[in-house]
Amino acid sequence: MEKKIRVLVAKPGLDGHDRGAKVVARALRDAGMEVIYSGLHQTAEQIVRTAIQEDVDVIGLSLLSGAHMTLFLDVIKLLKKHKMNNVIVVGGGIIPEEDVPRLKKEGVAEIFGPGTPTDEIVDFIKKNVKQ
Amino acid sequence: MTNNFVNGVLKGDPLSIARVITMIENNHEKAIPIIKTLHRHTGKAHIIGITGVMGSGKSSLIYELAKKYREKNKKIGIIAIDPTSPFSGGALLGDRIRMMNLADDENVFIRSMGTRGMLGGLTSAVYDTINILDAAGKDIIMVETVGVGQAEVDIVKIADTTLVVLVPGLGDSIQTIKAGIMEIGDIFVVNKADRPGVEQTIAELKTMLDLTRIVTERETPIITTIARERKGIDELINEIEKHKKYLKKNNMFEEKRRKRYETELVEIIKRKLTSLIFDETNLKEKIQSLTDQILKKEIDPHTAAEEILTRVIK
Ligand SMILES: Nc1nc2c(ncn2[C@@H]2O[C@H](COP(=O)(O)OP(=O)(O)O)[C@@H](O)[C@H]2O)c(=O)[nH]1
Ligand SMILES: [Mg+2]
Repeated sequence: MEKKIRVLVAKPGLDGHDRGAKVVARALRDAGMEVIYSGLHQTAEQIVRTAIQEDVDVIGLSLLSGAHMTLFLDVIKLLKKHKMNNVIVVGGGIIPEEDVPRLKKEGVAEIFGPGTPTDEIVDFIKKNVKQ
Repeated sequence: MTNNFVNGVLKGDPLSIARVITMIENNHEKAIPIIKTLHRHTGKAHIIGITGVMGSGKSSLIYELAKKYREKNKKIGIIAIDPTSPFSGGALLGDRIRMMNLADDENVFIRSMGTRGMLGGLTSAVYDTINILDAAGKDIIMVETVGVGQAEVDIVKIADTTLVVLVPGLGDSIQTIKAGIMEIGDIFVVNKADRPGVEQTIAELKTMLDLTRIVTERETPIITTIARERKGIDELINEIEKHKKYLKKNNMFEEKRRKRYETELVEIIKRKLTSLIFDETNLKEKIQSLTDQILKKEIDPHTAAEEILTRVIK
């Protein structure tokens, strides 16, 4: 089987910076993955609907604003509702240390802080993706 | 399992559609019985191919067309194909950026595809994906292809109506475009008409079309659009619908379909043959040892290839 890892890189919320997300997207592509980049200002519903249609293995959410908690949790809730149990969710950007345990408890697979080497993200995805 | 997927697709269930497409893309053998069963449920959709150079506004136009078709209550399937990197095998699929708000509409199904092993052309995975969306009840299926190489010429074999998207101010680009592209366009779109040079581009395009046109009674229309400002979209849809009527009136719709199935059949045979040969165990070693022999002039490449082929096809 020539299974390829498909990743949705999304930037929910209202902040307009997507440099970090683009860097990660490119690194994942260079690691042989198919990266669907869907742009800025997405709602949780849009992200999950896109993830379903594109049948991705991973959703990478990039966040720079304080509204991350609800957005992450909304995405996870919607994934569960649609029985998309095979999809892992990872997050990046500026997320306060104290929020990480709660996010992980709710089902976020990993949080990558600013400056995480892209290799680390690639390795994590390759190891944890549910095939 | 086959039945669940078939029923899911026929009901238009997004998850079923998506999973079957993935199986097809990964050459999963379980997809084949599903595709076989779906065949007799296909043939209703109008397949529109959209090609043109990168950045000419194909995705933006598809977005505007999709919104207009939704107003007419048409169900939409979109396949956006971007190149796979030949080095990493990965791909960055960014067409959805231009179509984001369609993600709110459950009657629009968008799928991004890398070209993977297509070698510039379009392979049976694209045909199968179109068939899946067709069986799922999509009225309009738009296929955006990478603007260069074989894919551009292949799209005409798949689509009922092919749009070629150009931008003004690139007079040179029209001339450097391979002769083939003039023949594949059923409708030419000059997008970004907010930019200077529109008149000149249209004039050059007309000259090229007059030179290359296969003699038909139909004039190839040229539509100017500004996708960003939603201008010219009604005119474009109008021409697309006119083209469909023209095909139907002249029995060309059937003829196009026939050609498509023929190409599809050949594609499947090619793929099966390739996997028959290359999936064979020990082939790598055999190729290595034959290559060594070729190097030492003990055998020539043609005889070596024949030797491998006779091993597989008996
Ligand atoms: N000025 C102008 N820009 C446009 C127009 N249509 C699309 N664009 C922009 O051109 C860029 C490429 O568009 P896109 O739809 O992604 O092109 P594609 O690569 O052919 O799919 C984007 O920045 C669009 O916003 C237009 O009519 N006028
Ligand atoms: Mg595009």
